[in-house]
This record gives sequence, C-alpha cells and structure tokens, in this order.
Amino acid sequence: MKAVDNEMMETDKHISLVETRYFTFAQPPAVFVLESGEVIGPVTLAYEMYGELNAGRSNAVLITHALTGDAHAAGFREGEETPGWWHDMIGPGKAFDTDRYCVICSNVLGGCKGSTGPSSEDPKTGRPYGLKFPLITIKDMIDAQKALLDHLGIEKLHAVVGGSMGGMQALQWVASYPDRVASAVLIATTSEHTPQQIAFNEVGRQAIMADPNWNNGDYYGGSLPDKGLSVARMIGHITYMSDESMNEKFGRRMKDKRQPFKFSPEFEVAGYLHYRGHSFINRFDPNSYLYITKAIDCFSLSNGKPLHKLLKGIETKILIIAFSSDWLYPPYQSQQIARACKMAGVDATYCELRSNYGHDAFLVEFDEQTYLYKHFLEKVPDERRRR
Amino acid sequence: MSVDAGNTRSGRDRIDHRLILEMVEPGSSVLDLGCGTGELLTLLARERNVKGQGIEIDDRAIFECVARGLSVFHDDIDTGLPEYSDRSFDYVIMNQSFQQVKKPDTVMREALRVGKRVIVGIPNFAHIISRCQVFFQGRAPVTPALPHEWYDTPNLHFLSITDFIGYCRGREIEIERARYAGERRCVGIFPNLLARTAIFKLRMEQ
Repeated sequence: MKAVDNEMMETDKHISLVETRYFTFAQPPAVFVLESGEVIGPVTLAYEMYGELNAGRSNAVLITHALTGDAHAAGFREGEETPGWWHDMIGPGKAFDTDRYCVICSNVLGGCKGSTGPSSEDPKTGRPYGLKFPLITIKDMIDAQKALLDHLGIEKLHAVVGGSMGGMQALQWVASYPDRVASAVLIATTSEHTPQQIAFNEVGRQAIMADPNWNNGDYYGGSLPDKGLSVARMIGHITYMSDESMNEKFGRRMKDKRQPFKFSPEFEVAGYLHYRGHSFINRFDPNSYLYITKAIDCFSLSNGKPLHKLLKGIETKILIIAFSSDWLYPPYQSQQIARACKMAGVDATYCELRSNYGHDAFLVEFDEQTYLYKHFLEKVPDERRRR
Repeated sequence: MSVDAGNTRSGRDRIDHRLILEMVEPGSSVLDLGCGTGELLTLLARERNVKGQGIEIDDRAIFECVARGLSVFHDDIDTGLPEYSDRSFDYVIMNQSFQQVKKPDTVMREALRVGKRVIVGIPNFAHIISRCQVFFQGRAPVTPALPHEWYDTPNLHFLSITDFIGYCRGREIEIERARYAGERRCVGIFPNLLARTAIFKLRMEQ
C-alpha cells in the first residue's frame, strides 16, 4: 500500500497525460516567407503545452528543441511509455514549474514530428516535398514559432529556453524580437557554427546521401536510406558524448555474444552506436536531418559583424550556460556570447557547469540546471506588474 | 543547497561592506571583481541603487548570485577585462580579491582603465596579531582577517597597508580615500598596526 502511495505521490509531481496539438497557418492565398525569400504554405506546427496561461498571458516559457528533438518535451502521450525529452526539467515544482508557467514546445519547421518539413505533403504535387522543400534557417524556425505565439495571443514570453540548436533559436529570438522575450536561457550553444561543427554535420549528410535508397530525397513509400541515417546518427552520438563519459559508460568492455562476422560490433561502445543508429530511422526522417543540419551550419547570428553591436540596447535578461566537457559546443563559444553581452551592456550571466557528460549534459544533468533556471526565471520581472 | 537569497543581513553587518557602501555614489555603475556570492552587489543595489555586474571564478558562488538576481560572469579576472571599454564603470571593486589574483599589477591596471574609480579592500598582513604570531610563535599568521592555513589559502600575495600605499605611490595611483577597520570598528590611528582590513578608493593621478 505504501509503495502505491509513494508511486502516486511520485506521479503527482510529474506531468502525466499530454496531447500534441497542431496549428496551421499561411493557408492559401497567404504564404510563409522564408529568410531566403522563398515561400511555402500552408505551414503546420506541432506543439505541446504544459501548465496554464495566466490572465495576462505573461507567464509563457517557450522551450526550443535541439536537432533531433520534438514538441514532446514532457509528460506521457496516450499509450506511450517513455516521457518527453526534458521531462525531468518541466513539471510542477521543477525547473520550469508548470504551477507558475505555461511551458510551450513546438517541433521546428523542417522537422518530421508533426511540423511541416520535407516529409510533409507538397500541396502542389500531393506527394511528399522531398528535395522540393526549400532550405530553411534558424530564423525561419523562430518566425514560425512567432506565428504560433501570435495565434495563442502571447505578446511577450517570460522566457525562451533552449540547448544546442535550441540555444541558437533562443539567441535568434533575442536578436530578432527582443521586445517579445523578457528573458532567455542559452544552453551549450553558439552564435555561429564553426568549421569543426560544420564538418561533423557534413559527414552525416554525406552518409545519408551516399545511401542508394536515398534516391535524391525521393524515397517516401519505398525503402528508406536507413543505413545512411544510421551512420549520421552514430557520428552525432560520438560528438554528444565525451572521452570521460564513454570511458565510464563502456570502457573496453566486450559484448556478451561473439558475432559470426569478423567486423561485427564486439565492443560495447560499438554495439551502443549501432543500436542508436538503427533505431533512429523509426523516429527521424533522413531528409529532415539534411535540412535541419544545414540550417544549423548556416547559422551565424551576426554574419561576420561584431556580435555586440547586434545586441546593443537589448533589455532581455540572458542566462548563458556551458558544460566543461562539451567539446562539440565548447564553453569558449558560450563565453563569446557572454563577452558580446558585456560589451553591449546586456544584463547577462554566464556560468560553466562541471560535467563529464559532454554535450549531452544539458539533457542529463538536472540538479544544477534546475537550481539555476528556476531562480533565474523567478527574478525576471513579470511584465504585467511592470506596467 | 541551502541558499537564502533574501538574507543579506550578514552583508549589512560586515564592516568592510559598510565602508565600501559609504564610498559609492547612489545610482552609479559597479563592476565587482571576485564578487563571490554577491552579498556586496546586493547591498549596493539595495542601498545605493547601483547597476551592478560581477565576475567570479567559483561556479557555486555564481549559483547564489543567480538566486539573488545578479548579473555575473564566470571568469578569471587574471585574464583581464578586454571586453570592457575604458571608463565603462563608475566603480570597479576588488574586495578581498586583489591579493588572490596571480598578477595583481596587471589586474589593477585593467581595473583603473575600466573604472573611473577603483575600490580595493585588502587584509592587512602587518596587523599586530599577525606580527605576534610570526614573532612569538614563529608561524604564518591565522587571524579573522587571514583565516586560512598556509597550505589552503586563496591568498597568493601577503601585503600590509604600508605596502599598498607604497605600491600606489610608485604607480601614480591617487588614493582618494582610505578607511581602516578592525573586526567591528573603524581604526583611526596606526592603521598598519591596528587595522585588520583596509578599504581604498583610488583613481589614476590626473
């Protein structure tokens, strides 16, 4: 009986059942104009909401997801056993306290989890877009989110929060629409992609495109380029971990059963990568991987100009977090954003957290992040009270 | 972690903080180098309505700063302040951090460049108790102002009030104001013998 009580109390503290919602805009004759000048429409965004909007609609926190994330950030969907990707951070009493804030997360434009992307139907042909889908940018992603917020009647976000590519979106929000974000939390991110980061993404893309099943992006309804996507995912996973975390997790341990083929993965680390790679095809569209990694690679917030000039006069409160062992988005990139904030006189705080988990740290290190984000958000003045 | 963000009573009670508070004009801008948990910045924001910013090397201390709503950068002040332009703050404060940096001379020069004025708080190594410990016990002093054992101290440089005044003279740094304190009260006479800490308000000689 006690165990049941405990369990109930446990589930009490979490978000339980959630539902993914959909918002479609840019219906003909309207169009959604991309940064490149190309247009698409209609555009659908999949999103989830946790917690209630207050009367002034001033308590919204937008969570922006990373490369392979989606709108399902917390709670459980009907019939599913695994919770959303940031379940430990979002919920009653958690870092993003759903008793205080209305937390919103939407799948990015170009994604494959309910939002319009290359696997969506092209209204012109009635078939999936494939490579007819236009190239998109981080700015396009947040412009689509802005349309969603307009639809929800949210004039100003209490905070926009994201890690990795999510951090790029959050930073883009601050730069493009500073009046619409009271605060921003930028986690393990950068203001522009570096050659090393582009290089890893390029290898991932080439792996997908080298798969014969890729067929110039036209594989829907046929055999999927699962091998290519799997290799891309393996490369990704290597960059998300660290030397320490791999040592800790796998060491040089062998898998139990010897495989018949000479080059079967016999080390645990190899088995892990294979597993991660192979299972990825079940949840991710290879073309989306191409489009989104391209958007990330093209991300350069200030485009060669000094970043601090772009941030001048911005009143958004900013918290910048990096992780010590993150070599994919090393702390120096967060420091560059922090320095630009200092030079621009932006109210910003920077902290490097100690962790062995590499880039993945923002998805697994909860205690320190919870403490920081919770307190940071509390100190952001409520817009309604300010007026 | 038990952090009480609202509790700044201890900050108000610290005599060095009170002396610094007296030196800061209301409404000014402040950069606190080695701001620790942000007690002083919080006090200055409340009592003097300053626009404050801190730099701190200890991540745990930064957690408390965030809880206090302060703007703080996790950085090493020894690497300088290159991102700040000249005279971008009314005051740059180094309270109890000046003797902890690797290159005090470089840090001081940077502080004087970035701040119109610099406020420095140092522990006095030549306080009478310290002198007695060295002289009679033959040991490195451990006092309330210098509370650390030799093997576990953040202090890299041990200087007296006289040392610091001499340093300023040699660098053409004007001491606009100097206040000296014991454990609880200000010290008026023989500060180099009787004061545990000293607070100086400095600027470059015109």
